[in-house]
Amino acid sequence: MPTARNADARRIRRAASAKGRTARVKRGRRSPLATVALLAIGLMFTGGAYALFSASPSDNGAVAASQENVERGQKLFAANCATCHGLALEGTEAGPTLLGVGAASVDFQVGTGRMPLMNQSPQAPVKPVQFTEEDTQALADYVASLAPGPAIPSAEYLQADGDATHGAELFRINCAMCHNVAGAGGALTEGKYAPELHEVTPQHIYEAMLTGPQNMPVFNDANITPEDKRDIITSLVYMRENPSPGGFELGSLGPVAEGLFAWVFGIGALVALAVWLTARSN
Amino acid sequence: MTTTDTRTAPAADRAKSGGVTGALSNYIDERTSISVAVKEFGRKIFPDHWSFMLGEVALYSFVVILLSGSFLTFFFQASMAEVEYSGSYVPLKGLEMSAAMASALDISFDIRGGLLMRQVHHWAALLFIASIGLHMLRIYFTGAFRKPRELNWVIGFVLFILAMAEGFTGYSLPDDLLSGNGLRIIDGMVKGIPVVGTWISYLLFGGEFPGTQIIGRLYTLHILLLPAIIVALIALHLVFVVVHKHTQYPGPGKTNENVIGYPVLPVYAAKAGGFFFIVFGVIAFMAAFFTINPIWNYGPYDPSPVSAGTQPDWYIGFADGALRLVPPHLEFVLWDHTFSWNIILPIAVLGLFIVTVMVYPFIEAWVTGDKREHHLLDRPRNAATRTAIGAAGVSFYAVLWAAASSDIIATHFKLAMEHVIHVLQFLLIVGPFIAFYVTKRICLALQKKDREIALHGYESGRIVRLPGGEFIEVHQQLDEYERWKLVSYNDYQPLMIRPGVDGKISSLQRVRASVSRWFFEDRIEPVSQTELDHSHGHGHAAVAGSPDQYQSVESGSGSAGGAPHAH
Ligand code: HEC
Ligand code: HEC
Ligand code: HEM
Repeated sequence: MPTARNADARRIRRAASAKGRTARVKRGRRSPLATVALLAIGLMFTGGAYALFSASPSDNGAVAASQENVERGQKLFAANCATCHGLALEGTEAGPTLLGVGAASVDFQVGTGRMPLMNQSPQAPVKPVQFTEEDTQALADYVASLAPGPAIPSAEYLQADGDATHGAELFRINCAMCHNVAGAGGALTEGKYAPELHEVTPQHIYEAMLTGPQNMPVFNDANITPEDKRDIITSLVYMRENPSPGGFELGSLGPVAEGLFAWVFGIGALVALAVWLTARSN
Repeated sequence: MTTTDTRTAPAADRAKSGGVTGALSNYIDERTSISVAVKEFGRKIFPDHWSFMLGEVALYSFVVILLSGSFLTFFFQASMAEVEYSGSYVPLKGLEMSAAMASALDISFDIRGGLLMRQVHHWAALLFIASIGLHMLRIYFTGAFRKPRELNWVIGFVLFILAMAEGFTGYSLPDDLLSGNGLRIIDGMVKGIPVVGTWISYLLFGGEFPGTQIIGRLYTLHILLLPAIIVALIALHLVFVVVHKHTQYPGPGKTNENVIGYPVLPVYAAKAGGFFFIVFGVIAFMAAFFTINPIWNYGPYDPSPVSAGTQPDWYIGFADGALRLVPPHLEFVLWDHTFSWNIILPIAVLGLFIVTVMVYPFIEAWVTGDKREHHLLDRPRNAATRTAIGAAGVSFYAVLWAAASSDIIATHFKLAMEHVIHVLQFLLIVGPFIAFYVTKRICLALQKKDREIALHGYESGRIVRLPGGEFIEVHQQLDEYERWKLVSYNDYQPLMIRPGVDGKISSLQRVRASVSRWFFEDRIEPVSQTELDHSHGHGHAAVAGSPDQYQSVESGSGSAGGAPHAH
């Protein structure tokens, strides 16, 4: 991995993950005590590095893009994206210009698998992701290097540690009309739809608000502040991590799913039992 | 345990032999003569068929609703006063909401068993109305609404409407986002009524929507007025069932004059009592494992947000669907009043549909001119036109119903919303005609098949060669019991036009005659006795006689063993 050496702060942090460290430690030593001690040191180191880097300004993404990374991004872009977006990001018949969309937009579009676009459909769907995180970052750096735009959000807003009450209220007011109160998704016109939000990562939630992909409106920082965005993420993560106290949620689709279930399961079971109860005598 | 069989023993002895229960029942009986009523009612006969239990499902789920609802009233506050939520559900903590919503959340999170009771109550309500619907279909397709039960049909149908009202008022009580949106739609519909709409809306909500009154008012309707009327009507409904005696399916020994089945006591009552617990059990199972109406997701009502996938409970779906299917741009302004035909039209169409269903027994009686009493049910196929009308009605309702979930259909089947709506609009008009035609053809085909079987028996699969070399298939004759089912049904003739007292034929008479002709056209005549005698006279009887005259070949099933194949 030659590029890893030159990578920016974000990727150093990733490489220094606790898991990688413990693996190396285990191979070298036998004593369990030493393992534990080294583990602790490793964790401390990782945590320290994390704290250091997450506070550093380089995390704004836009700044620390190394030249090498941008060049790699350019190559990747020319090979995978330029047919639609043009070699200089100027856009073609098949795709819009990417000048000024920013790193956040690229990270969202590529990181959720929407880009590169496969075939024409009313809306670019979520697909299995095509690029590694490094490549995605390189693409983002490249696009951001040509014209300024919204940067990849800093980690402090992605911890889901905000005010869930406020976030849920903002979500109901700004997002629920398309995404449903429980984030179960909903239909828009002409075959477009707002996807369900059960799987999407905090970073992509933030970027979606920031860049307004396709039919979603942009919620810029004047509209919904970064703190508000953090609160929205908090409420979505809360909902995800705390399944309904009432039991299975039937897709959180509301009364339609409930009605269907009452008919199919409830009435189905009762009719079957009634048939069974009367079968003997007939 | 019953002591009534030792009729000659003096009362004191009886009490002794029966122990405490005996003494108690004796005490009560001597003062109320209740045993007479029990004996009388206990001897009532109730025929056994699964479709006769659908009314019971409705009854039992209603009992469950009453029980769980009573629990909820202890904790629910029907007030729209603003309070700050301080219960244990984190994502709503500190939010301003109505006391109604806050108490509903407390029931869900802070009162032991509260969430289970809420879910029992709501699932039971869905099942209640679903079972009423099925019950009604059973009554319709078997012709159980015919004389003398027309009034009971009307009572039942009023119960159906009241049950929907009961459900809707309940759905609105928690004052969450979903129920508030539902009320907003009702408010819009009311305001869409020309001239009086706005007045009614203000009266209903005590001012501009949503006001501070509506929850309290709905509560009175939901826990007092509607349940009282429903209980009274159910009682009347059941009294009518007892008075008229239950209908039965045609079968051997079953006539218009008798009822064959089990006496209510002990067999039927035991079964019914057991069935109550089965219904309760199914509801409890659903409530324990499946979330219904998660108001904590919806949050408190606030007129600005509307969630995607906002729908009413299923039984109001048909009305929501009508609003979704009505074409846009139908409103116009006349004398300073906006006439919103996109609201008036659905209300009118649904009103007409509902009234038609309610008075259907009278319409059919008028068309057929049938004034006889009917205690034997029709097999649906034998009343082809009625069954076809029913199928048309069901498909009309079903399309409206599907339309209420047009958005979910669109997302889940990856379709465009507009296409879903247009297809449903088309089906709403054309679907009933297709359903009518197809159902009628199916019924007639089944009648023909029955007739064929009654006359010639089942195909046995046994091929026989006659001495002359001809191959015939042996038909298995029905036994008397089975044949009875197939041949014993009433045949109707279209009404003839008859001049009235003044010797003239009124135009109403003409309409009636032509509707009647339409109702009965293409019928298949039931098998007559002569036909039966005739068909049994020839051929087949001889075949059944002595098989060793013929070379017989079993075909198909493989049971033939080594029999030679004579092909
Ligand atoms: C087949 C053509 C095609 C390819 C290949 C493709 N895109 Fe796109 N891209 C599109 C289209 C079309 C849109 C606009 C989608 C829309 O708005 O409905 C788009 C939108 C985008 C956007 C969002 C623009 C905005 O306004 O925020 C980004 C970012 C993007 N593409 C990046 C990429 C990257 C990076 C690649 C290569 C990995 C790529 N695309 C490959 C067609 C393509
Ligand atoms: C006008 C309707 C609309 C509103 C309002 C809206 N969105 Fe979206 N949202 C969409 C659509 C459409 C998409 C899909 C875009 C695409 O596929 O590129 C989307 C995509 C998303 C995604 C990406 C989902 C995924 O699976 O990758 C997230 C996250 C998201 N929205 C969050 C939000 C949040 C948070 C809000 C409120 C602040 C919001 N949206 C408001 C329509 C909307
Ligand atoms: C609150 C709702 C209702 C309850 C609790 C209820 C209950 C019952 C019960 C227990 C029976 C006897 C068993 C049976 O035949 O299923 C019955 C019979 C009957 N019901 Fe209902 N019912 C309800 C609604 C309706 C509706 C909506 C209709 C039609 C519009 C209807 C029409 C009838 C008729 C005509 C009978 C007599 C059936 C026969 O003798 O064959 N009922 N009902």
